[in-house]
Amino acid sequence: MVEKIYLAIPLLPLFGAIAAGLFGRYIGRSGAHWITILSVLGSFVLSTIVIKHIIFDHASVYNEAIYIWMISDGIRFEIGFLIDELTALMIGIVTFVSLMVHIYTIGYMRDDPGYQRFFSYIALFTFSMLMLVMSNNFLQLFFGWEAVGLASYLLIGFWHQRETAILANLKAFLINRVGDFGFLLGIAVIFAYANSLDYAEVFAKAENLSLQTINIFAGSEWNVITMICILLFIGAMGKSAQFPLHVWLPDSMEGPTPISALIHAATMVTAGIFMVARMSPLYELSETALNFILMIGSITALFMGLLGLIQYDIKRVVAYSTLSQLGYMTVALGASAYGAAIFHLMTHAFFKALLFLAAGSVIIAMHHEQDMRKMGGLKKYMPITHWTSLIGCLALIGFPLFSGFFSKDSIIGAVQYSDLSAANTAYMALLAGVFVTALYSFRMYFMVFHTRDRMDEHTREYLTETSWVVTMPLVLLAIPSIFSGFIFEPIVFGEFFSRSIHVADSHNVLNELGSTFEGIQGFVMHAFSGPVTYLAFAGVGVAYWIYVIKPQFAVDMQHRFNLIYKFMDNKYYIDHLYINVFSVAGRAIGKVLWKLGDNVVIDGFIVNGSARAMGWLSNVLRHLQTGYLYHYAFAMIAGMIALISMFVIAVNI
Amino acid sequence: MNMSDFALIVPEIFVLTMASVILVIDAFLHSDRREIFYLLALTTLFGAIILTWVNHFDGRALGFNGTFVVDTMADVLKFVIYLVTAAIFVYSRQYLKARDLFKSEFYILGLFAVLGMMILISAHSMLTVYLGLELMSLSLYSMVAFNRNNVLSSEAAMKYFVLGGFASGVLLYGMSLVYGVSGTLDLAGVSEYLAAQQSFSAPILLGMVFIIVALAFKLGAVPFHMWVPDIYHGSSSVVTAFISTSAKLAVFGFSMRLLIEGMGIMQDSWRDILIILSVLSLLIGNIVAIAQTNIKRMLAYSTISHVGFILLGFIAANPEGYSAAMFYTVTYAITGAAAFGIVILLSREGFEADNIDDYKGLNYRNSWYAFLMLLVMFSMAGVPPMVGFYAKLLVLKAVIGQGMYWLAIVAVLLSVVGAFYYLRVIKVMYFDGAEDRNKIIVGSGVHAVLSSNALLALLLGLFPGTLISLCLTAIS
Repeated sequence: MVEKIYLAIPLLPLFGAIAAGLFGRYIGRSGAHWITILSVLGSFVLSTIVIKHIIFDHASVYNEAIYIWMISDGIRFEIGFLIDELTALMIGIVTFVSLMVHIYTIGYMRDDPGYQRFFSYIALFTFSMLMLVMSNNFLQLFFGWEAVGLASYLLIGFWHQRETAILANLKAFLINRVGDFGFLLGIAVIFAYANSLDYAEVFAKAENLSLQTINIFAGSEWNVITMICILLFIGAMGKSAQFPLHVWLPDSMEGPTPISALIHAATMVTAGIFMVARMSPLYELSETALNFILMIGSITALFMGLLGLIQYDIKRVVAYSTLSQLGYMTVALGASAYGAAIFHLMTHAFFKALLFLAAGSVIIAMHHEQDMRKMGGLKKYMPITHWTSLIGCLALIGFPLFSGFFSKDSIIGAVQYSDLSAANTAYMALLAGVFVTALYSFRMYFMVFHTRDRMDEHTREYLTETSWVVTMPLVLLAIPSIFSGFIFEPIVFGEFFSRSIHVADSHNVLNELGSTFEGIQGFVMHAFSGPVTYLAFAGVGVAYWIYVIKPQFAVDMQHRFNLIYKFMDNKYYIDHLYINVFSVAGRAIGKVLWKLGDNVVIDGFIVNGSARAMGWLSNVLRHLQTGYLYHYAFAMIAGMIALISMFVIAVNI
Repeated sequence: MNMSDFALIVPEIFVLTMASVILVIDAFLHSDRREIFYLLALTTLFGAIILTWVNHFDGRALGFNGTFVVDTMADVLKFVIYLVTAAIFVYSRQYLKARDLFKSEFYILGLFAVLGMMILISAHSMLTVYLGLELMSLSLYSMVAFNRNNVLSSEAAMKYFVLGGFASGVLLYGMSLVYGVSGTLDLAGVSEYLAAQQSFSAPILLGMVFIIVALAFKLGAVPFHMWVPDIYHGSSSVVTAFISTSAKLAVFGFSMRLLIEGMGIMQDSWRDILIILSVLSLLIGNIVAIAQTNIKRMLAYSTISHVGFILLGFIAANPEGYSAAMFYTVTYAITGAAAFGIVILLSREGFEADNIDDYKGLNYRNSWYAFLMLLVMFSMAGVPPMVGFYAKLLVLKAVIGQGMYWLAIVAVLLSVVGAFYYLRVIKVMYFDGAEDRNKIIVGSGVHAVLSSNALLALLLGLFPGTLISLCLTAIS
């Protein structure tokens, strides 16, 4: 029975995707949204059953193969499910957010000619993501990993008539390829050294692998586990948009906003975080890898947040905020605070989804205007959007008692306790990040909802609150954005993940943090004794001062520090590096290989040359067939004599 | 000789009786009612299928003082011969009617040829071998000459007869040398005699070479292949189909009996000869096929290259290789019958459909037959999942198992060359515009048989296990 439920959870959205995608013409627009929404609703309901079963009833972990594809050389290639607390939580988040997106899409895409296609894509995405998180082996993980990549590619380029959309989806695809290459190599190393693709089997051999080394270049020995962990993490860097593979995410906002943005920001990007948490038994064995993760995470958390400060496009602010928050999660992973990372993933999914949808609501009301300089004063026109956005911003900056507060404070607290060499740097970066987060969030909030109206007359005239299909998800998401933090104690400190996540005793920072924990009240009070909360308040205050009281100040600063501004405006020139150095060099090498290698050597000499040679030979040899009987008989006799002579020579008669 | 000996040859007796009955009826029957011969001929083949099926037992029985043998290999080969011959009979009806050749002789000769094949496959003495071979060959010569008003056909028959007679002479000479040295005609006796020898004397080696030359001629291996393109081209398509499929199966049985059962012990001596024949066949077959514009000639050269592959199985000189060769021959016969079936089907009065250009745009004229031809061509080229892939794979595996890597590499490279001309047919069918816009008229019976014939090439490729294990049991 449980197998059927587990199987139905991913298959329902797949069914919806196929129905809407292949038969969209026959079932019509409303048919497409009903069929996909009902199928995702079905998965959501089943997911809640699974959550109850696994989390509340503490049912035993399910780890079985559903279908064996093939067994080759003793290695099983199969589709199987691993259902434990981590999976249950993830499928709950994925199906819930996805359901909200589906409903919201009805309103947002109402007039789009590709309506059915869009529903098909988001349902396909849901299926892929579910396959990814439910997998019990690396093969299926990779399948899900690539399938979400495909869905994201399709969604970003949904408006394929737009040049920028095509550029953005190509970029997302290529950057993810870099990450996936690492990921695939990581799986290959696992395959080569552990001789299995099954999580449980690999984890059982992990201890043994950590004693082996691998020789990549002459003279440099790598620990196998470190190698595996870093390679897999490179995959996560691509998918979860970590520095320096983050460049695709801001551009992915080209998709139909904010739905696909949400898909990326709140759901798909968490795949990398989820994967590292799932692989905790491996990561715990390599401090090198953990330090690496800490560094990457803290760079992303701080520097991507800074970029959010100078954006004017409302979607991009939210996008950079996502990058920065992903950095927080990554740091938590590096500090072995997996529980905190997953918890932040969950709260972030709620409030970031809320922020994206709110931004979308604003964009709809503004007639697809995304520049915040042309907004302002929307509070009075769009009360629901305004209040829900405020809730989202407060949750994002970690305002006490909002969900983000608990998750973010746990992360920062955990990093403080970590003994890893990179932990101190990470801690400082995260603290600075708190201030930056508050600053850009409230910069956006004030510029959009307060200050004077800057839109044109025509827009203002029609400016009203958006329809219920848009606002309902906002309200529904606002609730967990406020309250979901209160369940943090069992998830972060408790035994919640004890069956899914393995933490080495020496790294158990959450345990240390938990030992000082004296109830939620104490946690909140404790926050006021540290710098975190004050930094957040300071950020809000500074934002208010700069953007509401003295708007001129921001402009002055921009002029005074023009060089720094330009540096940030160009996103630290990372895009330039990729496009003008790597891509140009790559194309140059490609061109040489094409012209010389392919056209001259392979096509010209080997392929066409051998074909010509064969054709010539064929034309020569066909003349042996003269058609004269005596020639034929002669050939036979000659052949016979030749064969006999072989023996005459051999036997020496 | 006792009565149980006759139990072994019940299918042969049945085919002989029926062929004679048809011959007699022919004298009394009005020419409008020739359909009866056709139906009787098919009945004969189905009767033979049933009799062989019922008569089959696991193991091996000798009869008539060891001159006749019945074993699994014989039964399997006969079984496939009946099926393939029946399919060709079905294809032939419309073809012969259109040319006013729908006469009882065709079927009578066909049945006598089948009888010869059956005897050849079951022969266990050099005398029976010769008896079966000549019965088969003489019937085939007449069948080639059957369309006697056609110049090409008469010329082909002449060439076939003269060269075939020459090959027969060589075979007889070889057999007489072997008989002279070993003092026995019995194949088991020959094998026993050879096993007792320390080294092989010159006469026996000479006899072996002569026998191999005759085998190579019958198989169509280079350099004894010269007759193949001319006869394939000159005969009516139905006769070509018969020669290239049923007869090939019989010649395979002939080689197994004479070369492997009789002279298997001399494998170190004959292996080098076969390697030369095989490489030459692969080379000439594949390369010269490229230059052909006539599809029957192309298929003739393709047959030569397939013979090269079959010889590879013999070269491996172990049960694995022999069964691979048998699998290859059986599947070749099936796909070959389908290929010629399509050639026969597309032709009509005054138009032979034997130029590759005649297949241009077949997809637009009739996409189903184009698809069937595609399956057949893919199978012959050895593209998975068609059966031709497994046939090649098994043979190559056997050769590699013997450590003859270079031979496998040569075979693979040359079959890549071969892929060109098979794919050209597909290209012409699917990517060129149709020149001929005449409708293709096919009876439903022919349609069903041809479709199942071609689909069998796919089906056996998807589920090759049964046939492979059958071939393995047949050899061991």
